[in-house]
Order: sequence, then structure tokens, then C-alpha cells
Amino acid sequence: MIKCENISKIYKTGETEFEVLKQVSFEIKKGEFVAIIGPSGSGKSTLMHILGALDNPTGGKYFFDKQDISELSENQLAEIRSQKIGFVFQSFNLLSRAGVLRNVQLPLIYDYKTPRDKRRKKAEQALNAVGLEKERWHHLSNQLSGGQMQRVAIARALVNEPDLILADEPTGNLDSKTGDIVLETFKELNKKKGHTIILITHEKYVAGHADRVIEIKDGRIISDSRSSNHNGLKEK
Amino acid sequence: MLFTDLLQETYFALSANKSRSVLTILGIVIGIASVITMISIGQGAAKNIESNIESLGSNLLVVMPGSQKGVGTSVRGGMGSATTLTLEDAEAIDNQIEYAAEVAPAVSSRKQVKTTRGTNTNTSIYGVDESYGRVKNIEMEQGSFINNIQAQKASKVAVIGPTARDDLFGEGSNPVGQKIRIESLEFTIAGVTASKGGTGFGSSDDLIYIPISTAQRYLTGSNSVSNINIQISAADLMTPAQEQITSLLLTRHKITDSLQADFSIMNQADILSTATSITDTLTLLLAAIAGISLLVGGIGIMNMMLTTVTERTREIGLRKALGAKNGDISRQFLGESVALTFIGGIIGIIIGWLAAWAVTKFSGTTTSVTSFSVLLAFGVSAAIGIIFGYYPARRASLLNPIEALRYE
Repeated sequence: MIKCENISKIYKTGETEFEVLKQVSFEIKKGEFVAIIGPSGSGKSTLMHILGALDNPTGGKYFFDKQDISELSENQLAEIRSQKIGFVFQSFNLLSRAGVLRNVQLPLIYDYKTPRDKRRKKAEQALNAVGLEKERWHHLSNQLSGGQMQRVAIARALVNEPDLILADEPTGNLDSKTGDIVLETFKELNKKKGHTIILITHEKYVAGHADRVIEIKDGRIISDSRSSNHNGLKEK
Repeated sequence: MLFTDLLQETYFALSANKSRSVLTILGIVIGIASVITMISIGQGAAKNIESNIESLGSNLLVVMPGSQKGVGTSVRGGMGSATTLTLEDAEAIDNQIEYAAEVAPAVSSRKQVKTTRGTNTNTSIYGVDESYGRVKNIEMEQGSFINNIQAQKASKVAVIGPTARDDLFGEGSNPVGQKIRIESLEFTIAGVTASKGGTGFGSSDDLIYIPISTAQRYLTGSNSVSNINIQISAADLMTPAQEQITSLLLTRHKITDSLQADFSIMNQADILSTATSITDTLTLLLAAIAGISLLVGGIGIMNMMLTTVTERTREIGLRKALGAKNGDISRQFLGESVALTFIGGIIGIIIGWLAAWAVTKFSGTTTSVTSFSVLLAFGVSAAIGIIFGYYPARRASLLNPIEALRYE
């Protein structure tokens, strides 16, 4: 579903050029649960921005569903994000003064295809899928705990039925116990509902939940390994 | 983004920061309200002056004595100070000018008037004849106007205006048959004219009419008249009539050089256009002053929107990551600023209307809120929302989603 061919990204600050990504190539198939791991400064965030259609690569080609999107305009990329990608952020990024249901419905106002009366139902389905208790649905998002907030954020990423869910350090602001709950949620979405998930992290423990781990360092892929069974965590 | 979504997002955004939204709206409310009030005062003044001039009568030419030039001096007296016009001039105009439908000479002076009840007032006394009532479209509230028999006999009768009646006999009373004293002469009241609604100096409601012969004999003691009002039979004959009257009077007064004329002729249309240009300038001036406060209100909007955009940078980044296009973002922020001015505009129009009403009620100045000024204020407030909201909205829409999401 995703195919990167010699992706490179160069940042210019004044006279100096800095190559963050160097000829990165890989492929991700539908239904995979992949972790991209690397220390800070390795280029994994830049890679996530390109995978998430937030940015264009400087060189190389990026195919999403066989469509080359490496040279699309800002608004065309917005269209791809709206239709095909769901984001989960480290700091949740919920609208703090809005209720849970409104937060989850937020992507639907930009997709031009979901009628207003269907949105509520879709939001409820997504909240059920992440297992958030029903009595929390009418809370304001700033009344929730970190784990609950992140599950609301995952529900938001699910609501427009994206082909790909991109999670950027989703457990970074959570303690290890709630972090595990969130990682289990991702796992379930992958195993039971067949969602394609890319997890960006710097923690080996978190990456261990995925079926496949791509390790990146200094802008290059240094390893790409599949765990032999789907329960990587328990094996370790 | 659907329009209903836009409204909903705007509502959430504005209600999230109520006190700031209210203060920003207040700036627009004050601006719009002052524009409405100021224009209404200007237009009220214009209407007032127009109705005053129209109440003079239609197709009217007024001949007034010019200034008198003393022999051997170059000092000119004030306009109208001369006593060169006479009743004979009026008769000559009536007989010789075919376009003159009615000719009404008048003598005016200002006198103290007393009643037997002890009340008194200082008002204008007009010596007139029957035709004056027709020329000036005078209608009667009580009794009847001066007639020709009274004018021939120099009867001591008076017709008073409603304001003079209120001053002398109390509001709404019927004074017909009662007596008033003007300069120790006793007059019997024959009627009260209907109100013409003009206010201020020269109002046709605050005066007293007596027969012209009585006025000449007892009050002025001369044969001269203060002015001659001539009603012309049709509006397009005003100019030729004016020329004919000028040459007739020049001949009668034995003046060869028209620049030396000892009279002047005023045309109602001239007076009206002069007055209109004055009130237009007044309205423009008032609107410009009020416009400044509207501009300040608009800057308040821009200030608030810029603050909002900075504060909500992360939210903008999030919305973009979720698929919002640049247009969606700029529409959202533009929607907020237009909503602010729209609400401010509606409240401002209501308050301006009330203020105009209060000005009329408490100061007596006529005001007039026209649909034009309401539409103008509304259009201006919507335009301010778009103009002052455009820059912040554009700034928001051009934010880079990656940097916006990282913004602390």
C-alpha cells in the first residue's frame, strides 16, 4: 500500500544544507503493524511527516495506493490526509473545551462525504472500537485522564475510516500502565479490524508491540525485521 | 467544510472566549451606533430645513427690498432694510405679469403681544391679505383667515399661529373671539392656523397675522411692504416670470442698471438647493466623525483575531493534519471576524436607533433613521469584518502544519 523509493529530505538553513533523510526505500503492505524506531535526530519524525502527507520529500518517490503523492500541492495533500490517513499525536491534541464526541467528529467536517446526521453514529462506532466507556462520551476532553484522552485521539484517527493510522510517540506522555492499554488498543485495531498502523517511537519496548520494526539512524534504514510471531512483547 | 459546520465552529470559538468576544463586539456596536445616530441627526436636519422651505409655498418667488444706498456714500445698508417696495408695486405685478397667479404683499415686524390674562410673548406680526393664505398654503385649525373685507376696512382682527396660541392662551385652547393687545391696540382673534411643523427661527407656527392695511396704518405707519410673495402658475415659468418681474420693477423704480436694483428676487428652488448642500456637508461631517470610531472598532477586531490565531496555532496545525485545506482554515477565521461584526452591527443599529429616538425626545432635534443609513451601516460592518479579518485569516491558513503542531 505504501512504497517509498529513494526518499530524501534536505533542510536548508541559510548557506548550510542538512540532509535528514538519505535515500530511504521500503514498502508497507495493507494490514501491517509497523514500528519505526530511532533515536532523536535520526530523521524518523521527518519520515513520519512525509508518510503522513504533511510534507513533500526533496527527492525520491512516495506511492500511496499506487498514486505518486511526492509532488502534490498543499491542498492536494490535505485531501489525502482527510481521506486516507488518521493521526495520533504524542500530546493528544484534543480541542480542550470541546466534548469527546465533538472531538472525534472533527475530521468529518473536512471530508465532504459524511452527511451531518451520520457523523454521530460514526463517532460512536469509533469510540466503541477503542473501548472508551460510554459514560465518558459526554465529558469535556480536559476532564479525562491521559489514557482516556489518547483513546479519544485514536477514535478521532479512526472516524473517517482511513487506510493508514500514523501514531507519533503515542505513549510518550503516558505512564507505562496506561501506555500498555493504548498499545493494546492499537494491536486490537490491527488484528481484529485489519487497520494498517505505523508507530513512530524511540522506545524499543513500544516498538516491540509491532509485527515489524524498521530501525532508522542518521537518515538511513539500518534494519528491517519481522517478529516471528505476532506476540512480540511476551517473547521478550 | 459545510456552511452549518462553519457556523458551529464559529459559535464554539467565540463562546470559548466570551469576555474577549463581547469587548470586541462592543467596539463595533459603538462604531455602528454612532454612525446611525450621526447620520440620522444630519438627515433630520435636512428634512427639517426642506419642510420649512416647502412650507413657504410652491412655485414661489419672493421680492424683497434691496439695500439702500445713501447718496454720495458707498455704505450699503443691510439687505431688506430699504423701504422701496410698495403696495402699488404688488398691484402692478398682479396686473401686468401674466404668469403671476397670486400676489401677496406682506408687512412684518416684531412686537410684544399681551393678553388680558396677563400672558405675553414676543413674536412676528405679519400684515397680510387674503391671497397670502393661498400662496403660503395656510390651513386653519380654528376660525378663518384674514379676508379681503377685513383688509379693506383695516379691521383689528388677528389670526394666530398654534405656537403663539399655546404661549398666550395655553395648549390646545380655543381663543377665537378673545382679545390680544399689540402695541396698546386691541385685536379680536379670528382664527388659529394649523401647524406646519417647522421648528426654530422663522417658524410659520409662531406668528400673528393681521390685515395688511391695519399693519401699515397702526404699526409701521408707511406704505412700504416687507416683501411680495408671488405664486407662479407653473414650475417651468419661474425663470421667465422672474425676468419679467425684474424688468417691470426696474422700470417702475426708474433704474437703468440692473446691478443697481433696489430689490432682489428669491427663488424657492435656489433656497432649497443651498440648504440641501449645507445639510449634505453636515451629514458627511457627522458620518466621518462616527466612521473613525467604526475604524477603531475594526482595528479591535483585527487585534483580537491576530491574538486568536497565535493562541490557536496548535489547533490550526491539528485541523490541517486532519485534512483541513487552507481555504477551510481561512474561512473559519474569516467567519469568526464577520460574525463579530455582524452581531455588533445588529446591536449597533438597534442602539443607534434608540439613541436617535432619545435625541429627538429629549433635545427636540429632529432625527431621521433611513433604510439607507441602516443598510450602509450593515454593509460597512460586514465589510470591516472581511477587511480586518482577512489578514489574520490568511496568516492562519498559511501556517505550516508541522511547525504549527510543534508550537508551544
